Amino acid sequence: MADLNSTFCGIKSPNPFWLASAPPTDKEYNVRRAFDAGWGGVVWKTLGMDGPPVVNVNGPRYGAIWGADRRLLGLNNIELITDRPLDVNLQEMTRVKRDYPDRALIASVMVPCEEQAWKEILPKIADTGCDGFELNFGCPHGMAERGMGSAVGQVPEYIEMVTRWCKEATDLPVIVKLTPNVTNILYPAEAAKKGGADGVSLINTINSITSVNLDTMSPEPMIDGKGTHGGYCGPAVKPIALNMVAEIARNAETRGLPISGIGGITTWRDAAEFLALGAGNVQVCTAAMTYGFKVVQEMISGLSQWMDEQGHASLDEIVGRAVPNVTDWQYLNLNYVTKARIDQDLCIKCGRCYAACEDTSHQAISMSPERVFDVKDDECVACNLCVNVCPVENCITMETLEPGSMDERTGKVVEEAFADWTTHPNNPSATAAE
Amino acid sequence: MTSSMRKSGVSSGRLDAASVQSNFSDLHPPYDDHEALVAADRCYFCHDAPCVTACPTSIDIPLFIRQIATGTPEAAARTILNQNILGGMCARVCPTETLCEEACVREIAEGKPVEIGRLQRHATDVLMEDDTHPFTRSASTGKTVAIVGAGPASLACAHRLAMYGHDVVIYEARPKGGGLNEFGIAAYKSTNDFAKKEVDWLLKIGGIDIRYGRSLGTEISLDNLQNEFDAVFLGMGLSGVNALSLEGEDKNHVDDAVAFIADLRQATDLTTLPIGRRVVIVGGGMTAIDAGVQAKLLGAEDVTIVYRRGKDAMPASKFEQDLAQQKGVRLVFDAAPVGIEGNGSLTAVRFAYTEQQDGKLVTSDETFTLPADQLFKAIGQTLGPVPDNIQLEGRKIAVDNFGRTSLDGVWAGGDCATGGDDLTVTAVAEGRDAAEDMHSKLMGEG
Ligand SMILES: Cc1cc2nc3c(=O)[nH]c(=O)nc-3n(C[C@H](O)[C@H](O)[C@H](O)COP(=O)(O)OP(=O)(O)OC[C@H]3O[C@@H](n4cnc5c(N)ncnc54)[C@H](O)[C@@H]3O)c2cc1C
Ligand SMILES: Cc1cc2nc3c(=O)[nH]c(=O)nc-3n(C[C@H](O)[C@H](O)[C@H](O)COP(=O)(O)O)c2cc1C
Ligand code: SF4
Ligand code: SF4
Ligand code: SF4
Repeated sequence: MADLNSTFCGIKSPNPFWLASAPPTDKEYNVRRAFDAGWGGVVWKTLGMDGPPVVNVNGPRYGAIWGADRRLLGLNNIELITDRPLDVNLQEMTRVKRDYPDRALIASVMVPCEEQAWKEILPKIADTGCDGFELNFGCPHGMAERGMGSAVGQVPEYIEMVTRWCKEATDLPVIVKLTPNVTNILYPAEAAKKGGADGVSLINTINSITSVNLDTMSPEPMIDGKGTHGGYCGPAVKPIALNMVAEIARNAETRGLPISGIGGITTWRDAAEFLALGAGNVQVCTAAMTYGFKVVQEMISGLSQWMDEQGHASLDEIVGRAVPNVTDWQYLNLNYVTKARIDQDLCIKCGRCYAACEDTSHQAISMSPERVFDVKDDECVACNLCVNVCPVENCITMETLEPGSMDERTGKVVEEAFADWTTHPNNPSATAAE
Repeated sequence: MTSSMRKSGVSSGRLDAASVQSNFSDLHPPYDDHEALVAADRCYFCHDAPCVTACPTSIDIPLFIRQIATGTPEAAARTILNQNILGGMCARVCPTETLCEEACVREIAEGKPVEIGRLQRHATDVLMEDDTHPFTRSASTGKTVAIVGAGPASLACAHRLAMYGHDVVIYEARPKGGGLNEFGIAAYKSTNDFAKKEVDWLLKIGGIDIRYGRSLGTEISLDNLQNEFDAVFLGMGLSGVNALSLEGEDKNHVDDAVAFIADLRQATDLTTLPIGRRVVIVGGGMTAIDAGVQAKLLGAEDVTIVYRRGKDAMPASKFEQDLAQQKGVRLVFDAAPVGIEGNGSLTAVRFAYTEQQDGKLVTSDETFTLPADQLFKAIGQTLGPVPDNIQLEGRKIAVDNFGRTSLDGVWAGGDCATGGDDLTVTAVAEGRDAAEDMHSKLMGEG
């Protein structure tokens, strides 16, 4: 049996599945249920300043988009940080950590961008016995209007400064949670590292409007006829999050910085992909909000089955394993030639590949009067569109042309040697070809 | 082919081999991988799911379906087998329409349940194809348990005990294990010798020794078992059958439906199995339906099931009634047999319509006759001989919620014991639960 024990920034948990700071981790009641269901750790719902807590809207705070059969694909929210008094949260955290010493308990924190505010609150929170801190520089709505959350996360200098204050104020690990609402995720990640962060976590939610109510002409979720942009999460954001995680993992400045991967993780496979791209552990919010805490059981059984099948004994063996294969476009092998292949036995003759290729790609699929669809090798650029639109899995696949064979589209023999854009003759700034 | 169908009397070879083979193929054929994913996708992963409550073995259905959906059918199988070691057979034989699938929220909302049974089959098939056994034994406890019968209740009990490290000896009267899985379940539910394969696979846990051809009451006695073993489990099912108590019951081709099905299940070539041209079955349960349908599939021209009460009171589910009718079996309600006709061999059965009188079912004067060259009795099975000193309740061995009988150190479960319906899945649940109780007793915790 694969060992799922995880150590992230020195914080131990029995598995790499943590609940992200959000409603699932809002209070003692939820967190106890989560631990009983098997979650390895939780990042407690973001704590704010002592004093009167923030208030939330009293109408709907979520919007959503759905796939077929009303499967929830994306969720958006306009919720703020915890709306419960700090003391209540701290008492609850103390009790939970005492009763579940083997699970990770991380305190998420967001206070105004003032040194004293951060330096006062961290030691107070540390008294709960929590295992570390996560600085919430990500929340993109509401709190950002008050100069916190993503308003800090979008300014690398602020990130570095606040991180440094926090590192001065505590000996516990400090994780900086990043907002994806930036043009380049590397700047905030590098700033966190410079400030002394032990690790980063990402992504927080993405600015979004999920839909517009065409009767009331207001964005959803609608509050008394008005709406505001909310934070988007769930399966739909996974590709964005994966890329940001991979960018940080392969960037020279940030390589080796522990990353807690977040964004759309719904199954064991999603989690394995984040780990492969360099995340040391993962955090989950929407999947738990959609299916309940029990989903973690599938994540645990699936990850350990896959690790067993692959012969990976522990998480160290998979974390970052795919990172060396993430590269820039310019380094992709242009001598790697593939062609689409249609399995006529699997084909159900719907013609979607034809429509896609004929109308929007390279006119490389032929259609006979008997509705037989074939790939024209002399036109196929191997774009993969037909593969992606075909309703039958594995009906269209890509075949790699062996070196020495003829690419009928270019009329050239496929070369064995690697050749990328950097050496291509059409590249004006190509370094010596050959 | 038609001519041999019209051959009078009881005769073999009514259909050619190809027709018989196609007739006896899987009732619910297995999914391919894609179909399984599509079917799994329909599950809502309900909280405190009603389907789980409806499963006598409480399989975590939403979890196993999600494990299929996420590409780990092996993990799904483990989720199933943890609760129900005969999950493979149950996937094939459970009347899901009255169990999990009846309770599925999508059955209630749309009249189209998630196909839990077929998904369960998909997962267990994948795991069992792999030919490894997913469980291992705990260190030996040195405790020994004797089990009577090798049916589903006993096998589930034995497997759980073996997992806990106890050594189990099963005494089985027949030359083969599996109980009614092997001898009773309709052939189109358990194809390709699955019952035997499943028993072989189950025994791979180790620590279970089956001794065939050993009956309680003849070769072995309960006293001896109690003396030799630390605990005893009785899972001998119902080996007797009810009689019609009519004159002429001893005529040729007045047969017991369960015995007919057992012969059918053990036949190596179904075209050699004799069946009547006109077959009448008396009864209203699963056995009646299975005998009727299989008679038809063997090539009987006319098959009629006669049940003494109305359609709604019939113990066979609506799904099974529909299945019988689809296969061309006629169902006649509210009639009971009153006479068996023929010289030596059966020629017809006389029935009288029934009616309620003062809350009792009685036969009326109105009668009809069905020509028949074979009559199957399917009016229920009874407990075979049991040790005198054990307490019965009604016609079964009395047990409490833990499966304990009136005798110290003796447990019982499955069809021979009180509690639950007479179903494979119920037998598994009772065998498993008794094993849990036996284990805690044996380890001095209970
Ligand atoms: C024709 C028919 C069709 C059925 N179809 C279905 C179905 O589709 N789905 C479903 O869920 N259920 C079905 N059932 C019911 C199901 O088969 C039983 O509920 C289930 O097999 C009971 O399991 P068991 O272990 O209690 O007994 P059994 O399966 O009856 O096993 C008892 C075992 O004990 C042995 N035995 C008996 N007496 C002795 C003795 N004195 N000493 C030693 N060994 C002994 C027997 O040989 C047998 O192997 C059907 C039953 C019949 C008769
Ligand atoms: C309703 C809601 C409230 C959230 N509140 C917080 C918060 O207080 N602090 C925080 O760091 N992230 C918060 N998040 C973001 C999540 O922690 C997480 O980063 C994001 O939802 C992406 O993960 P997911 O796709 O698994 O949901 C919230 C998300 C949701 C849906
Ligand atoms: S999920 Fe619960 S709290 Fe939220 S609107 Fe529905 S009933 Fe109310
Ligand atoms: S899209 Fe796929 S199934 Fe449809 S015609 Fe093309 S190859 Fe066949
Ligand atoms: S009731 Fe139906 S939809 Fe709900 S968990 Fe069970 S199988 Fe899935």
